[in-house]
Parts: sequence; C-alpha cells; structure tokens
Amino acid sequence: MWRPGDAWLGGGTALFGEPRPGISRLLDLPSAGWPALTARDDGVEIAATCTIAELATLLDRYAIVRQCCEALLASFKIWNVATVGGNLCAALPAGPMISLGSALDGVCTLIGPAGEQRQVPVAEFVTGEGRTVLRDGELLRSIFLPGAALAARTSYRRGSLHRYGRSAVLLIGRTAPGGGRTLTVTAATRRPWVFRFAEPPRAERLQAALATIPPAEYVDDVHGRPAWRAHLTRHYAEQIRTELSV
Amino acid sequence: MSVEINGTPHERAPRPGQCLRTYLREEGCFGVKKGCDAGDCGACTVHVDGEPVHSCVYPAFRAQGHRVTTIEGLANGDELHPVQRSFLEAQGFQCGFCTAGLIMTTAALDPAQRADLPRALKGNLCRCTGYRAVADAVAGIPAQVWARPGAAVGAAVGAPAGPQVVTGTARYTFDVDVPGLLHLKVLRSPHAHARVVAVDTSAALAVPGVELILTHKDAPDRLFSTAQHENVAEDPADTRVLDDVVRFVGQRVAAVVATSEAAAEDACRRLRVEYEVLPAVLDPALALAPGAPLVHGDKFDRNVIGELHAALGDVDAGFAAADEVYEATFRTARVQHAALETHGALGWLDDDGRLVIRSSTQTPFLTRRAVAALYDLPPDRVRVFTGRVGGGFGGKQEMLAEDLVALAVLRTGRPVKWEFTRSEQFCGATTRHPFRVTVKAGARRDGTITALQLEVLADTGAYGNHGPSVMYHSCHESIAVYKCDTVRVDAHAVYTNTVPAGAFRGYGLGQVTFALESVLDEVARRIGMDPVTFRELNVVRPGDALTAPGDHVDDLGIASYGLDQCLDRMRSAYATVDEAPAGWLTGEGMAIAMIAAGPPGGHFADATIRSLGDGRYELSVGTAEFGNGSTTVHAQIAADELGTTPDRIVIRQSDTDLVPHDTGAFASTGVVVAGQAVLRAARALRASGGEIAHGHFDGTPRSVAFNAQWFRVAVDPDTGELRILRSVHSADAGTVMNPMQLRGQIEGGVAQALGATLAEHVDLDERGEVTTTTFRQYHLPTFADTPFTEVHFAETSDEIGPLGAKSMSESPFNPVSPALANALRDAIGVRMTEIPFTADRIWRAIQEDR
Repeated sequence: MWRPGDAWLGGGTALFGEPRPGISRLLDLPSAGWPALTARDDGVEIAATCTIAELATLLDRYAIVRQCCEALLASFKIWNVATVGGNLCAALPAGPMISLGSALDGVCTLIGPAGEQRQVPVAEFVTGEGRTVLRDGELLRSIFLPGAALAARTSYRRGSLHRYGRSAVLLIGRTAPGGGRTLTVTAATRRPWVFRFAEPPRAERLQAALATIPPAEYVDDVHGRPAWRAHLTRHYAEQIRTELSV
Repeated sequence: MSVEINGTPHERAPRPGQCLRTYLREEGCFGVKKGCDAGDCGACTVHVDGEPVHSCVYPAFRAQGHRVTTIEGLANGDELHPVQRSFLEAQGFQCGFCTAGLIMTTAALDPAQRADLPRALKGNLCRCTGYRAVADAVAGIPAQVWARPGAAVGAAVGAPAGPQVVTGTARYTFDVDVPGLLHLKVLRSPHAHARVVAVDTSAALAVPGVELILTHKDAPDRLFSTAQHENVAEDPADTRVLDDVVRFVGQRVAAVVATSEAAAEDACRRLRVEYEVLPAVLDPALALAPGAPLVHGDKFDRNVIGELHAALGDVDAGFAAADEVYEATFRTARVQHAALETHGALGWLDDDGRLVIRSSTQTPFLTRRAVAALYDLPPDRVRVFTGRVGGGFGGKQEMLAEDLVALAVLRTGRPVKWEFTRSEQFCGATTRHPFRVTVKAGARRDGTITALQLEVLADTGAYGNHGPSVMYHSCHESIAVYKCDTVRVDAHAVYTNTVPAGAFRGYGLGQVTFALESVLDEVARRIGMDPVTFRELNVVRPGDALTAPGDHVDDLGIASYGLDQCLDRMRSAYATVDEAPAGWLTGEGMAIAMIAAGPPGGHFADATIRSLGDGRYELSVGTAEFGNGSTTVHAQIAADELGTTPDRIVIRQSDTDLVPHDTGAFASTGVVVAGQAVLRAARALRASGGEIAHGHFDGTPRSVAFNAQWFRVAVDPDTGELRILRSVHSADAGTVMNPMQLRGQIEGGVAQALGATLAEHVDLDERGEVTTTTFRQYHLPTFADTPFTEVHFAETSDEIGPLGAKSMSESPFNPVSPALANALRDAIGVRMTEIPFTADRIWRAIQEDR
C-alpha cells in the first residue's frame, strides 16, 4: 500500500532527471500494461503511460497533437520514454500536454489509494507551477480528449527565447460548434487560462478578456520576463483571432 | 532477467532507482558518458531495442529483458558503422565527450529527421565544435586527409585519438575501473558567508559504507589558490582545502568518503552543521563601498584584490580635442564553461606508496606542485596525469578536486574518486568573471581616436583565483590594438560572497573588448565613418609598439601582421546581400580583437622524442589535450621534421612522469609553446641522428594574433526574436598548421561566444545561491541556435611561432559579442549594453525606445 516516500513512476524522464532523496520506493505504472490509446464513441482515452512518441504517431492526423508534441523542450529520444501523464503531473508551465489537454477540453481520470476515481478537467488539474490537484497517493490514470474538440479547427502559436527552447508562451485557439471560440493560454502563466467566447470575439473583447490575467500570474523565470510573456500572449492571441476568423 | 548489452547478456540486476547510464558504465561500457544526468545533453544516448534513449533518465530495471546497444556495440567487428566513419572523416568532434551520444543519435535518425537536424539534434549538446563539423559528419562530407611524408603541416590531418573517440574507446578521466574505489561527496554551504561553529558527524558516520568524514579540522592549516599559474604569486593565497569560514553558497564544508556515491550522499545529508551567519556582500559595486562586509576580513582589510590605475598621455586634453565623445557602461553575465566532462579526479597510492592522481585538468604539472606543497610531499612522491579531457575552456586551469581527493587518499590509503555533478559545476566550480566596464572614447571627424578612458570592475567572487590576472589582461591587448597614446584605465578586481570566477576562454579580454568595440562603433557612427575604415585608421601596424596603461611585460611584439587582411574581409562582407522576413529590422556590425600568443612572465614546455625503429617515433609532451587539437599539430610538426607521417608518431602526454615540466594547456599555448618544444626536440633528434632528443621552450618572446567578426542580423520588432543572417570570421593565426582543426576551433569559439552573447547567464538569488543549475535553466547553444560561420584565414607567417604559427584557441571568442551588439544596434537603433541579448531584453529595449 501507499506509504511515505513512495512515488508513481511513469517514463522516468522527470523523476530520474534530478536527485530525489525523499523518494524511497518507486511504483511502476507502465508495468500495469494500460493500452496507450482507447478509442471511445465520443473521443479518445489516452493512458497516463502513453509515451509522447506513441501519441505523436497514433494521433498524427491531428495537427494540434503534433504541434504540442514538438513544443516539448526535450528531443525525440525523450519522446520514446516520457509519458503524457508525466508531463501533466510535472505541472511545469511549459508542459505541452497540459496545453493540449486544456485547449481540447480534456478531462483527467484520477485514482486514489483506495481505488476511488474522480474526474478533473485538465485545465483545472494544474493549479500552479509544479502544483496539481493530486492528493497523496493518488495517481493520474488517463486523459480523455473529446472527439469534437480534437477534430475542431485550431490555431497554435508558441514563443520561446530560443528556436527550440522551452516554451515561454503557448496559445491555442479553437473553433467551437455554433461559431464559438476558445483561447487557451499556457506556458506564459503559472496555470492554464481558458477563455470561452460564444461568438468570434472582436479584438477589444479578446484583449479585455486577457487583461483579466493578473500581472503576477505571468511566469517570471529564466525562460522569459513576465512583461514580455504578457505582450506575446496579447500579440499571439490577436494573430489567432485573425487566423480563425477567415 | 538479464540485460543484453551489445549482444551479451548481463545478469547483474540493477539497484533500485538506478538509471541505465550508471548501470551500463558499471558493466564496463565507458563510452556511455555523463554530461548532465538530467536528459538534456544526450552524451549518454544508447539504443534500447533499437530506439534511441537518454540512458541517464532511463530506469535501468526497464532494460531487463531488452537489447541495449552502446557506442561500443555499434561497429560490426572491426568495421566502423557508417556514422562512426563519417564522424571520423569529417572530424565531427573536438574533445569528443559528446561524440558517442551524437553518433548513437545520428545512427537512429530517419530520412526526415536527417533533413531537419536543428530539430533532430536538439537533444545533443556539443560545447566545442559549433556544430558545422557535426552537420558535415551527418551528411558524410569528409574533411580529413592523409598527409604524405614531410607534408603534414598545413594539411587537414585527423586527430590521433579520432578512432578511439568515434568507437567510444577513448578513455576520459572517469573511464577507468579501479578495484576497491571509494567515492567522495561534499556538503556545500547554504550560506553566502558564515563561520562553521561545529560539525556533528555522528549520524553521517552511522551510514553503512562511510569510511571517512573530513572537515576543516582535517585540512592543512595552509592557504593556496585554486588557480594554476607558472608563477604561484600571481594569485592570492586565500583558499583552504576545507575552511572554518565559508564565503559563498556552494562552498564545500565537509567531505564524506564512502564505498558508494549513494552512501556518501546520504551521509552528507546527515551531517549537522552549526553556522554563525556573517554579513555578506553579493554586489561588486557594494563590495567597493566603505563599510562593506569583508569577504576575507581575516586576511585583508578591503575587498579589492587587484587594481590598476594608470594613464598614457593627457587624456583630458585628448577628449577636449575630440569632435565626438561617447561614453557608456556595459555589463557581462556570469557564464559557465560547461565543458561536457565535469570536474573531478581519482587518486590512489601506487605500489611504491606514491600518490597518483588522474584528473580532468589542463595543468597536470602545476597541480602536482600544488598538491605536493599542500601536503608537504616531495614533488617526486606525487604523480598527476590525465586521460583524455572532455573540454576545458579555462575551467580546468584550476585545482578544484585534486586537493580533497589527495587528502582522502592519504588518510584512507585507498583509491578515491570525486566526480562533480552537473549542478556542482554551476554552484561549486568557477565562472567567467562578470564585468562592469565604462568606456569613454573621443575622436576627431578625420577618424583619429583622441582619447580612451576605461573604468573596469571585475567580480572575482569569493576567491581571488585568476582575479587580478584576468583584470590586468582584460585591459591590455583590448587597448593595445589601437595606437592611441592617450588612454586612462582604472580597474578593480573585487571579492564578493558569490561563486568564484576563474579562467575562462579570453581571460578578461572578451568582456572589455565587448565594451570598447561597442563604444568605438558608436563613435564611428557619430563622426559619420564606416566602422572598417575607422579601425583601419587607428589600429596598430607592423613596427608599432603594443602599449597600454600600466606595467606590462615587454616581450610582446608584432612578429607577423594580418589584421589588414582581416579588415579587408570585414569590408567585403558588407557587400553581400541577405533576405530577412518582411517587417523585420536588419543590421550589420563588426568588431576586432587582438590576443597575445601566450601569457606574460613565462610558460614552459618540455618535449622528448625517441626513435622506436622502423621510422616510428615516440613523442612525449606535458601539455594536456581537451579537444584543442594540439596533439594533432604536435604529431604533424614531428612527422615533417623527421620525414615521416603523423600516424608513425606515437604520442604520450599530460603526465608528470613523462617530461621534466610543462606549465599547462592554457593561454592558447598548445602550438606556440608546447609545439615549439616539439619542433626543437624533433630538430635536435634529426641533427644528432641519435635515439632520443629533448626540446624546451620558455614561452618568450611572444607575438600577437588577430581576429575579426562580422554579423548581419534580423530582428522581429514584435517579439524581440533575433536571427543571424550571416556570420563572417577572419583570423590571423600565422601559418595554418591544420586548416580543418583551426576552422573547427574558430567555429566553436564563435558558437560559445554566441552563447554568452545571446543566451547564457548563471543567476543568483537574493541569498547568493545559484539558481541555474541544469542545462534546462542554463541554455547552451544547440544545433538550431548556431549559425553557419564563414571562416577566413589571413596569409601570414610569424617570426616567433613554430613554423610561422600563432595562437588561436581563445581568441575567436573575443570579437563576437561586440560584433553582434553592433549589428543589433544597427538593426534596432538602440545601443544595448548588457549581455546576453535575449529576445525579452531586445523587445524591452525596442519598447523603451518608442
């Protein structure tokens, strides 16, 4: 049973990437043998243990999936090992699987130590830099992406200090049935911000929505200054608005 | 369940939590390298069931029941894998530490990935090459030639170690299996300044496997400098092996020696240290202020550890005579060398009870001297040698591990290893000195510089290793390249309670050159003169004395001159045309640099050559090889003198047992000092016709080498993104001993300098703790970040250097930051004064100007 010092092990690329003196036991998730992808009538269930490489191959027909995989700072060699669930659980602002799941109205299934399940939207799963809603001993089992959102038209923009560097800003716009729009802001902010518009917003409306993000919510680290991230967020949001309006 | 490694089953089960990298190395696969242990650098790339993975972040237990292929298993028997062959033939490496990972990655690329190397190779960091040679290797474009007898010098002869590098059999510092090896780990200070009141070792000693704990009470009560120079007095003696006062966050407090690294780390965490926290000063300007906390108050009554106040001519009159005067203040960041092989050493007692140290060092002989002095040993009771060294860049002109390893060996009598982690490189090694430089320059409209004034503040951190010398050097060739007889310099090197700075490629010149060349560019703009003509009017010419304010050793002169050719190249670069994205701002800029061929005050080398019969010779040299390629050149020199080919010269090197003395591989001396000794030895052997001959050179007199860099850049004003559209470098290295290597060294220098100019900065928090401790936070140039640089050689022949050659190594770095700054200024209309120029800073500069 779960005990202090335990950690769930996905691919291992994050867990093994730095010293973890507090961990005394690893509980291996891939050995559970979950199928990477399960097709459902209403969408697709991605196992937490699905690797980035598997996701990129299996959902290759969706440009947004490919774009989010390529947003990963790590190389294709890491794709072979790193998992979708691990990217979510690391909860870094730049985690592109968080961007993907948030932008497509993804829903996480969590399993507690006693086997109890709960569902949490991806956009609410990450609550801050390195912080999630996971409770002690709880694990991320899967991420469900609704088929309609996967198939929707999307527009993607990414900003980084370096060509293939860590994302400093990652914005995804999506068209919804009936002309609605969603805009998801990730990487620039400490947690995902999703803005929903019942109809295509005018530029002022979009900017007014973005202005509700408090300045302190923008990430301040070596991957970009907050003012620049806020500017790029507004800049790319307008590009996305324009792109989706034609 | 066994792990199949290169076709052979290995039955030993991995330890819980072990990564595949360390498992493979324990099973004898030393070709699998540790560059970062965080999945960032790719030096540890192996294939699991044919899929490439970073073995440092791959749980070892998962390889059970699977096939692992390492670099050692890639070749088909004696026949190299095609990728190994192409890396050999293109010499797609310098130090070669990253090469196994690059080869394993390349071997796994599909055609689409091969067509997009910037993306495909983003998980492979190379600090030496600048990636052009890697691109050629991947594309199968060969560069190496086989020289005819007597025609090796000037030919693109391959590095003697090439076959070992591409097969993973080159043995770097830690690639040895030493039975009974103990492991050393240190506890580092959490305080910027504190007295160690007490260390409670009881819990740590209880950890199974712990053999020894060392604190300041075990360290000799003796001060030294970690910096290594021929003249010991060049650096302040301010350091102890373990001190009872710690002066930066990250300083070693205590060391644990145990039977495993895990036990040593565990015990370090269980050490209970009582500190008395002392006032600290983190900012060099504040450190200068009256009443500032003293970093070494027990030794010195101020924080200044070196200063220069001197003038040539009447500077005030010079400014009064100027039509335009411009002044600005510039800042450079802390930069880490980021050699892919971390610091560290192994030590043991040989059969004769002699202390032996195998170290990742640029200075085996000086380190032997330092270790012997610390522990009162006669020099002949200490042997220091290197394996192949995985990059240095100045960072290993320093004794950062050997002193403590020696103490542990002397105390236990057993072999001990200490290998730094990548994070320790950032928080517990050294950095490039951060500088603040104010330059004021005046010129008349006819282009004459009438006066220069420099105010320099170099932050040496908590210890003075290289501090005064870097400060003096920074104010010499950077100024002396201009024939201006009215110059004033006020320079300080100051202590702060921060991670120490040390020797770094360029040794201070790059920081001052950044400021001075930026200001001169601005002055040229103001008098309406193009920057090349302005330089041509003011630079030294053959016959000119090389002068700068202050006392400088007078053995430096212009023994060959190619700066005019370098400047011609800069002029022709302006005539080229490039396309930029619509709406982007474009600009062009250039800068020059001069560097002395060797340090002042003596740099010694000995070489011995011995006939082995059948036209083969054994050449022994003391200097170290860390990718600088001097070994190749030594073989070329000896082969030509003896009428044979370089493959018939067997080189032994970097070992205090081999030759009487060698100052070391620093100050760009591999060719001009050690190479001169080799030339003399070979000539002596030829003249005597005997079996053995020696050569010696004392490093004086010295010539100067020149470099010039030109960039065309484009900047997106909406995002601050900067793209380099064209990069042109011209170098005057005298006789080009090996065009392939020299080109590679220049490309690598430009790439490393672009890292410092556009990306890299070691950050400290308000407590003085380094916060950028992995390559994820400290962005090294990747393949995608590094532009192609055209490299041109001036045609000159030096009167001093061996066969007409001069130094290079460090110097290509120096003109890069100002050339980029000047191009950026041209593009955005704003003079940016603080590197690195990251996109967020460029965007802000544009905004503030609007």
